[in-house]
Amino acid sequence: MVGASLAGARAAEALRREGFDGPITLIGAEPHLPYTRPPLSKQYLEGTWGRDRLELKAPAPGPGTGVDFRLGTRAVGLDVARRRVRVSGPDGAGEVGFDGLVVATGCHPRTFPGAGDLDGVFTLRTVDDCDRLKAALDGGPRVAVIGAGFIGSEVAGTCRKRGLDVTVIEALPVPLAGALGEGMGHVLAGVHRDHGTGLRLGVGVEGFVPGPRAGDRHRVAGVRLADESVVEADVVVVGVGVVPTTGWLDGSGLAVDNGLVCDAACFVRAEGGGPGPGFVVAAGDVARWHNPLFGEDMRVEHWTNAVEQAEAAARNLLRGPGGAEPFAPPTYFWSDQYDVKIQYVGRARPGDRMVLAEGSIDERRFVAVYVRGERVVAALALNRPARIVAWQQRVASRSSWNPDLD
Amino acid sequence: MRVVVDFDRCQSNAVCMGIAPDIFEVRDDGFLYILQENPPESSRSKVDEAVRSCPTQAISVEEG
Repeated sequence: MVGASLAGARAAEALRREGFDGPITLIGAEPHLPYTRPPLSKQYLEGTWGRDRLELKAPAPGPGTGVDFRLGTRAVGLDVARRRVRVSGPDGAGEVGFDGLVVATGCHPRTFPGAGDLDGVFTLRTVDDCDRLKAALDGGPRVAVIGAGFIGSEVAGTCRKRGLDVTVIEALPVPLAGALGEGMGHVLAGVHRDHGTGLRLGVGVEGFVPGPRAGDRHRVAGVRLADESVVEADVVVVGVGVVPTTGWLDGSGLAVDNGLVCDAACFVRAEGGGPGPGFVVAAGDVARWHNPLFGEDMRVEHWTNAVEQAEAAARNLLRGPGGAEPFAPPTYFWSDQYDVKIQYVGRARPGDRMVLAEGSIDERRFVAVYVRGERVVAALALNRPARIVAWQQRVASRSSWNPDLD
Repeated sequence: MRVVVDFDRCQSNAVCMGIAPDIFEVRDDGFLYILQENPPESSRSKVDEAVRSCPTQAISVEEG
């Protein structure tokens, strides 16, 4: 396994469960055993959950049981023909051989030019990122969040829970317009406003405003927007999306295009799109695979997919391409922002019709569905956790939209 | 086996309900209810899957 986070750990577990008793090596760039990331923008950042709550229950078996964790170790290259991963870690450069490989290197945050030059500018992906941000929040700073995606919106909500002054800056007209559609974005903009979060929408970021010198570096003093106005801030969180971690696959002969490109069974493809080696699969945020349920290539950056895809990819790796089964989930994710729980199943595209299926938008308790032609391709439940499973089944069974469905 | 939920962790994401609706149910009040605390052995693989798939790792199984 290259990648020792959720997908890598769950792939290792699945291999054991499926009866594989050979040696397993997990190569992880972070110095930590696998942990769960969703609380990093919520309970852990807020301070209500401690480090113990991040530990992955039922982690991959530890040393002595045939699973070797190579932590703090980065994959730097892949030689498919010789079946070797080149690594760089605490012991210097080396190679790890394999018969079968699971690529689960995930993503890393996209950032902004100049973000690394100033103190007080943060991205949030790892627990170490979170510990640094959390320490900065302890000082009671004014916070600016660049990007009203899931991470940015959740961080803003958590900062408000901590009583901090927060402004969210988003280039699009509403939060989460890309992921959830503009209609839902308006609802979520209202949620931010009702909780006292400042919103600067529809305006791009020009750069950071440097503040006083602290040692040999400057602290950040604010964010300059494209309209020349400045959002003053002591802490800036950059949440402008993530990039699949595939740089180490340069020259491997595998197909990389916004993620590692895979077939429907999660086997990686060769450059040019042809069949790959047949002993390399991918799972989690890094994998761009063909999901037959929606008939499209997709990459999903959410927790549940990492679990499900890791298990499917591991099973298929053991069976080989001939006996593999397609991975065709409806896909599910959730997001908790302020007092709002969003749950989403399926895969909508711009142009899909959005229909209120249950409940009331004004009361912020509803299910909205996304319809393409006749088919329900996605559903979003807002503060209706009891209803998401019914809609998940409809998405998974390619149901037609029918207003009389309960 | 006995199904145990740590309600301090549970966030009602309803993933368990999607996997084993005869054992887990999130109701209109937004809370999770365990429909069968001692499910039959035939449910074990579904319960194990729910344990692995719970995003807040709130579910565990006790033997006996």
